[in-house]
Amino acid sequence: MNAIKSLDDLQKIRDAALAKRKLGETSGSKQVIVGMGTCGIAAGARETMKSVLDFIEANNLENVVVTQTGCIGLCEQEPIMQVVMPGQEKVTYGKVDAEVAKKIMKEHVTDGKVVQGNVITI
Amino acid sequence: MTYFRSHILVCNDPECLEKGSMEIMQALKSELSSKGLLDEVQILDTPRIGNCESGPEILVYPEGFHYINLSKENIPFLVEEQFLKGRPVNDLLAPPKKEEAQELGEPTAKEIRVVLRNCGKIDPQNIEEYIAEDGYQALAKVLTQYSPDDVINTITQSGLRGRGGAGFPTGKKWAIARDSVDGQKYLVCNADEGDPGAFMNRSVLEGDPHSVIEGMIIAAYTIGASQGYIYCRAEYPIAIRTLNIAIEQAREYGLLGKNIIGTDFSFDLEVRKGAGAFVCGEETALIASIEGKRGEPRPRPPFPAVKGLFGKPTNINNVETYANIPQIILRGADWYASMGTEKSKGTKTFALAGDVKRTGLIEVPFGITVREIVYDVGGGIKNDREFKAIQTGGPMGGCLPAEYLDLPVDYEKLTQAGSIMGSGGMVVMDDETCMVDIARFFMEFIQDESCGKCVPCRVGTRRMLEILTRICNGEGRDGDIELLEALSAEIKQDSLCGLGQGAPNPVVSTLKHFRSEYEAHIYKKECPAKVCRALIRYEIQADKCVGCTACARNCPVNAITGEAKKTHYIDPDICIRCGICKQVCNYEAVLVT
Amino acid sequence: MSKLNGNGRDVNKIVNAAVTEYHSKPEELIPILLKVNQELGFIPAEALELISERIHIPESRVYSVASFYRMLSTKPTGRHVIKFCESAPCHVAGGREVWNALLKELMIQPGETSPDGKWTLKTTSCLGVCAVGPVMMVDDDIYGNLTPGQIPDILEKYE
Repeated sequence: MNAIKSLDDLQKIRDAALAKRKLGETSGSKQVIVGMGTCGIAAGARETMKSVLDFIEANNLENVVVTQTGCIGLCEQEPIMQVVMPGQEKVTYGKVDAEVAKKIMKEHVTDGKVVQGNVITI
Repeated sequence: MTYFRSHILVCNDPECLEKGSMEIMQALKSELSSKGLLDEVQILDTPRIGNCESGPEILVYPEGFHYINLSKENIPFLVEEQFLKGRPVNDLLAPPKKEEAQELGEPTAKEIRVVLRNCGKIDPQNIEEYIAEDGYQALAKVLTQYSPDDVINTITQSGLRGRGGAGFPTGKKWAIARDSVDGQKYLVCNADEGDPGAFMNRSVLEGDPHSVIEGMIIAAYTIGASQGYIYCRAEYPIAIRTLNIAIEQAREYGLLGKNIIGTDFSFDLEVRKGAGAFVCGEETALIASIEGKRGEPRPRPPFPAVKGLFGKPTNINNVETYANIPQIILRGADWYASMGTEKSKGTKTFALAGDVKRTGLIEVPFGITVREIVYDVGGGIKNDREFKAIQTGGPMGGCLPAEYLDLPVDYEKLTQAGSIMGSGGMVVMDDETCMVDIARFFMEFIQDESCGKCVPCRVGTRRMLEILTRICNGEGRDGDIELLEALSAEIKQDSLCGLGQGAPNPVVSTLKHFRSEYEAHIYKKECPAKVCRALIRYEIQADKCVGCTACARNCPVNAITGEAKKTHYIDPDICIRCGICKQVCNYEAVLVT
Repeated sequence: MSKLNGNGRDVNKIVNAAVTEYHSKPEELIPILLKVNQELGFIPAEALELISERIHIPESRVYSVASFYRMLSTKPTGRHVIKFCESAPCHVAGGREVWNALLKELMIQPGETSPDGKWTLKTTSCLGVCAVGPVMMVDDDIYGNLTPGQIPDILEKYE
């Protein structure tokens, strides 16, 4: 990585990051995001994350990108997991323990069916 | 890595392919190459951009222009306009998309997210995601276009006040630090968020650390500091780790260290971990702690802006204050000042906790009422019980009763009502909360956290705690209320720092708004909320008890007697009032009196 | 000559490593103490003396700092330290019941170490995860949404 030496350099990194993000969104890959702030972890997000990764490994899922994010402000719903299927709106799930995570991975990420019971509605 | 100034994404879905997207791609290539732009513009194919009904279609980044229904003939004009002249071809653009349905987890209508805008959206461990959200643009703007005076003017005009609790105007604070004539100056970020119930700063540090770092670099440039510290409490190990990763990445990208963004401005940053002392949130105690000493406050003046860390001029701001800075620079002082009330501008994050349905973090403009926070943003009281009070401002804050539900929340209004803004903790309490118990609880906290340096705080709070404890134990005496009031006045006046000065607040505010509860405890030996154990009794109602024996089996001290299928009885002399019998009874036969 | 403490760890070596990591700077006293505390579980008297010699500040000052902060301990602690949040939001959310369950299970009072040297029980100020209260930390692991019934299961995870 070259250091940013000018405003131009900064713009280039920004553009590249945006393009990369758009590529991710349009490349057909599925995105799974787990909230890993302290509140998430306290509520068991590590087990959730592990369950997601285990599922991917056990079922040889390809094209699934797992990322983490910080606190979304809805701490009482933690652990929170979000799923973005290609070309679809982001779906946010609350109170996702290891079992629910497995269910979401199977029904939503693999079979494309939203797991209604755990979707957070405000 | 090569940087392209633009990226063209060409849709290669079967439908678009059929409509000729490959020809479009070829035409783009040859047109770009004939204009010598192939090094600057990257062409990529991608599956599915829109719904392919209007194919062939392309996306142009970074602007995100979406062109549809393209034909080969459009390409020369498009390339010339878009990539040579830098303006979109409006005729070929896709019609703007309808507003997307409100996403779950998004702010409610009453919320405005400035500080929390990236939290829960970006990967905090990847600086590029922050940069993609216009991160470090404000810094670049400041370093290339602003003098320190310009920054101070912008921040002053925005009306931003310190978010640590005291609400001192940030622009003024920076001006004092800049005007201090001394070679070495320091910049400190107070991330010692110790108020029970407050976790706004933790969320920002964990969710969007670069916004704080960017705000700090801008502040350092403004006051002329070359070294900065983020003092973060040790109770936040994940925030500390995230910060360290963010600082390392910022260094790698030339945003910290020598010659930031190629200018001659240099600044570096270090995280200092606290070791568990609430008082270190007080700025002079915090400075002592960074210096490796006991975190004890000292009298002010001299203020840190004149004589701070290692005896040098030091600017200290809170996490949230710094996180606001980049947005104010980018979107302008007027935009920021358009939110809020006359004297409190912008937004404030609050941690909503206690008996409210939707606990968690919120960000609202100043001027919003308590009612809107509790009922609209917080979703109302849990189990649909009655609102009793809201505690704001942390352990040195106050409790406000239902009469204040329509109070607009800002620095002045809260102070007038007998509470404070503080750092932003809000604990909502329902009608099952005993206010004397709550006051005792906060006093216990303060007593524990008093650093012991000055007598009013060290001894005074202990005496107050003793009085409150005996009131809760049913041993309150005539005159105790007056004694509490006298002690409160003296501790407030004579203590050295904010901790001691604010220590009596929970008692003063509950005495002001819930005096009758104190009186009931002392004179009637009753706890109206049925919380204080010494003043309540558990009884079994004969008409409801079916004699299931659940209570007797679960009682830890065997205070309950009775035969199966017959009414049970609790012996008040043995009962320790743990409440387990009430929890296990399926017939609501256990009554608290 | 190097001194060994109860855990059989070489105090001298641990202090030297900590002091070196923080460049023997007096202003880095707190990070040094935290490091030693983390390695040994507490800061024994001989460590205080060694640190004082190495960074050239009076032992009284080292002790005054070590005894000031909640996260530093000058007394031996158990193999695992439980920090229970005693702040208002956790209190309101049912923290008292969980606390009682913890006392019952461990059979020690706050500040004490169990006779087998396994547990030390401490209270802590707010851990900042109030929305999932009641909350406690066992060593560096954080547990939220606690109920009295979970306590035995959680404690069982630790050796």
